[in-house]
Amino acid sequence: MIEILWSLVTIICVLIAALTVSAGLIWLERRLLGLWQDRYGPNRAGPFGLLQVVADGIKIFFKEDWIPPFADKPVFVLAPAVVVMTMLMVFAVIPYTPVIQVADLNIGLLFFLAMSSLSVYSVVLGGWSSQSKYPLLGGIRAAAQLLSYEVFMGLSLMGVVMMAGSFDLRDIVVAQSRMWFCIPQFLGFLIFMIAGLAESHRLPFDLPEAESELVAGYHSEYSGMKFGMFFVGEYLGITLISAMITTLFFGGWLGPVLPPIAWFLIKTFVFICIFILFRAALPRPRYDQLMAFGWKVLLPLTLLNLLVTGALVLVFEG
Amino acid sequence: MLSNLKTIWMILRHTFQRPVTVQYPEESIPLPPRFRGRIILSRDPDGEERCVACYLCAVACPVDCIALQATEDEHGRRYPEFFRINFSRCILCGFCEEACPTDAIQLTPDFEYAEYNRQNMVYEKEDLLISGPGKHHGYNFYRVAGLAIGGKDKGEAQNEKPPVDVHSLLP
Repeated sequence: MIEILWSLVTIICVLIAALTVSAGLIWLERRLLGLWQDRYGPNRAGPFGLLQVVADGIKIFFKEDWIPPFADKPVFVLAPAVVVMTMLMVFAVIPYTPVIQVADLNIGLLFFLAMSSLSVYSVVLGGWSSQSKYPLLGGIRAAAQLLSYEVFMGLSLMGVVMMAGSFDLRDIVVAQSRMWFCIPQFLGFLIFMIAGLAESHRLPFDLPEAESELVAGYHSEYSGMKFGMFFVGEYLGITLISAMITTLFFGGWLGPVLPPIAWFLIKTFVFICIFILFRAALPRPRYDQLMAFGWKVLLPLTLLNLLVTGALVLVFEG
Repeated sequence: MLSNLKTIWMILRHTFQRPVTVQYPEESIPLPPRFRGRIILSRDPDGEERCVACYLCAVACPVDCIALQATEDEHGRRYPEFFRINFSRCILCGFCEEACPTDAIQLTPDFEYAEYNRQNMVYEKEDLLISGPGKHHGYNFYRVAGLAIGGKDKGEAQNEKPPVDVHSLLP
C-alpha cells in the first residue's frame, strides 16, 4: 500500500516538474537568446519577466482553436497529443536520484529509444492530416530526418550499454561511479547530442518546422492549445534529451557534496542551456546537407566507435 | 565544422556583453537635435498667432493631412478659422515647416502621442497652438513684411519703409 502511494506521489511530482520545466523553458530560452543577442528578452511581466510564462499560457488557452475544414479531423486532433504523451512516458524511466524513479525498467534505454521514435509520428501525422502543402513538406522532412537519425542515435548509445553491461538506466548511472562515460565514450556523446538535436527538432535541425521556408512547417494549420501542445512536446523533448545525456554520459545523480537531485538538475540545466546556445549560434543546414551529414559522416563514425569500444571491452574484460 | 565551433564560442562570449537595448519608458531615447515629431502652431513674440492661413503647408503636404480655412479679422489680418492636422496620416516629413512663410507651423521633438482611438489623432487648432514662439524667437512676420490695413497699403504710413520687392530676392 505504502509503495503504491509512494509511486503515485513520484508520478505526480515528476509529471508536474516535467510540465513546469517545459513551460519555464519558454521563458529561459527567450531570456538566453536575448542574452546572446545583446538584448534583454522578456523582462516586463513579473520579476525577471517570469510571469511571461503565465501570460503566454493564458493567451494560448483562450485562443481560438480552429480545425481547418479540409483537415483529416481525428488524426489532426490526435497528432499533438502523441508527442506530449510519448515524451512524458519517457520521464517515467529516468532515474533522478537513487530513490526517485517512477519505473525501474530493465530495458529503460530501449524504452526511451522507442518512445522518442514514436514521438515523430506526431509531427508526421500532424503534417499529413493538415492536408496543405507546407505542413506536408514538413511532415515528409520529419520522416526523412527520423530515418536518417534514429539509426545512429540508437547505435551511439550501444557503446554505453557495452561498457555498463545493461540496458537499465539505473545500472548505467551506477556503472559511472568511477568515471563518467563522456570520457571513454566522447564520440558517442557528441553523436548522441547531434542526434538528440535532430530528434527533438531543435535548431539547427528544425527542418520540419523551418519558419523561413515552410511558414511553420508541420504545425502551420494548428492554432490554440493544439499548437501549444506541439510546443510543450518540443520543450519536453529538450528536457528529455538533456536528462538522457546527463544520465548516460555524465553520471546522472553522481557528484560530491550536493544531494543527488541537485546534481541531476544542475547537469540537465547545463545541457538545456547548451541546446539553446546551439539555437542562438548555428544556422539551419540545407535538407540534403543534413541527410548527407547523417549517413556519410555520423553513421560511419558511430560504427567505428562501436567497433573500437567493443574491441576494448573484449580486451580488458577477456 | 570548425567554423561552427567558432560561431558557438563567439556567441557564448556575448554572455558578458552589455545589452544594447534602451529600456524605453524608463530610459529615454537620445533624439537627434533636428528630430521631426508632433506638429505645433507657434505664436509670435507679441502673443499673436503667426499663421496667416496662406495654405502653403496644406499644398506642400504630400499626404493631405492638413486642413484649414482662412478668414480675416476686422483689421484685414488673415488667420485660420480652423486648422486641423490628421496625425494618423501625417508622415512627419517636415515639408509644411519648410513651406511656411511665417515660421508658424513647426515640428517638435515629441513623438509620444499614441492614442487608442483613431479619431483622437485628429488635432484641432486649439490642440496645435502653443503659447510660445517655438524655434524662432523674436521673429514676427508682420514686422518684416509690413501690414496692409483698411485704407493703408504696405509701406504707406509715415516713416515706414516700402515693402521688399519679392522679385528682387530671386536667385
